[in-house]
Amino acid sequence: MKTFSVQHPGKGEITYRDKKRYLWLISLLYPLLALTGIGNYLWSGNELWLALPLLSTYVGASLFDWLLGEDKNNPPEEIVATLEEDGYYRWLPLLTVPLHFIVLVLMAWFVATHDLSIPALVVVALSAGLTSGLGINTAHELGHKKTKLERIMARIVLAVPIYGHFCVEHNRGHHRHVATPTDPASSRMGENIYRFALREIPGCWKRGWQVERERLARLNKPAWHYENEALQSYAISFVLQGALILAFGWIMLPFLAIHNFFAWWQLTSANYIEHYGLLRQQNPNGSFEHCQPWHSWNADYLASNLMLYQLERHSDHHAHPTRRYQSLRSFPDLPTLPNGYFGMYVVAMIPPLWFWIMDKRLLALPHIHGDMSRVNIDPTRREALLARYGAGGNLQTA
Amino acid sequence: MAIYFCPDCAYRYDEAKGDAHEGFPPGTKFADLPDDFVCPDCSVRGKEDFVNESTL
Repeated sequence: MKTFSVQHPGKGEITYRDKKRYLWLISLLYPLLALTGIGNYLWSGNELWLALPLLSTYVGASLFDWLLGEDKNNPPEEIVATLEEDGYYRWLPLLTVPLHFIVLVLMAWFVATHDLSIPALVVVALSAGLTSGLGINTAHELGHKKTKLERIMARIVLAVPIYGHFCVEHNRGHHRHVATPTDPASSRMGENIYRFALREIPGCWKRGWQVERERLARLNKPAWHYENEALQSYAISFVLQGALILAFGWIMLPFLAIHNFFAWWQLTSANYIEHYGLLRQQNPNGSFEHCQPWHSWNADYLASNLMLYQLERHSDHHAHPTRRYQSLRSFPDLPTLPNGYFGMYVVAMIPPLWFWIMDKRLLALPHIHGDMSRVNIDPTRREALLARYGAGGNLQTA
Repeated sequence: MAIYFCPDCAYRYDEAKGDAHEGFPPGTKFADLPDDFVCPDCSVRGKEDFVNESTL
């Protein structure tokens, strides 16, 4: 276990042992979970094993979150600079990138060379999509960093699920407009995940394209240019998925369609649960207040954070987006999800259950305290929600 | 030629260098950046938040 230490002029020597240092290997190796279903199928011949990656993630990780609970440990602020410069932590997300390519190619090979039932094919494609959705998480960690290598690797891994516009859109669009009514990647109170997906997926694509077009226009270049960072990633997607179709035939069409959609669905799920109903207040000049930790739903659950490069410490991430995963902080009194992301993804797919759990949590937040004017509300549900909760909120009936 | 920095992530805008990736040529004054300029690295601080290093 490595111990970090710095000499502080006022506090003397400050030391910190990062107990999670080697546990971050879980985030690196997690994409390989997708192969466990195939391995067990090849060993046993039973197609039911193919569901193992999906069940391990949605059920297994949620149970581990429930059993292991939260980890609220923060590194001392004085150590953070040293922690962020440590090359070990930087290499893990970079090394995750090739694994996403390897897993997709192996799963495509498996589908093309084995006589699977249709449900088994769908389950393998969903498992592949789940893993490539994680690829978007890998890109998320890398794409927020300042080095050229990390930003290039983010674009490369986004090619696996054809989501090359993500980094441009997420950094320049979502982070800038998060928790405001116009952000397509911030869900509104009363909006179910299916309606949200119809707003989020096309909305983010359009905004990503627009942001990159504006940047290229300042360089006197057209949007359709090789310097377009979304197009660079799409070009890799074209080669990768085109090669899979050429190599493995027509079966790749449904396989890749399901894979791509389910990878996108992972991001949609994350966006849905990360800012549900939260709203930044407007300044007198019409601009919005800076994003604060209470403008994101946070989750400090140990297990799923170790699988996702601490994405779930989302409050600190949005307040300080360039901070690296190993130094993201937990704060007291944050909007807190009642389970880790994977458990909440399942809940989100059952809208009545989601509203039942989350609406009362939302209205009870200290900075909202039942005041509906401080909530990002779906306009089509506004009247019904006001009738139910009252403009000032009625926590007794929530 | 002045240098302005982002108070959140410490991105530095050096007027002498501009920012080639963002399409601001060397010599572009900070005052001449678009009003909706946001920090190219963190995107959570805008033009009005940037700090002139010489004022420190």
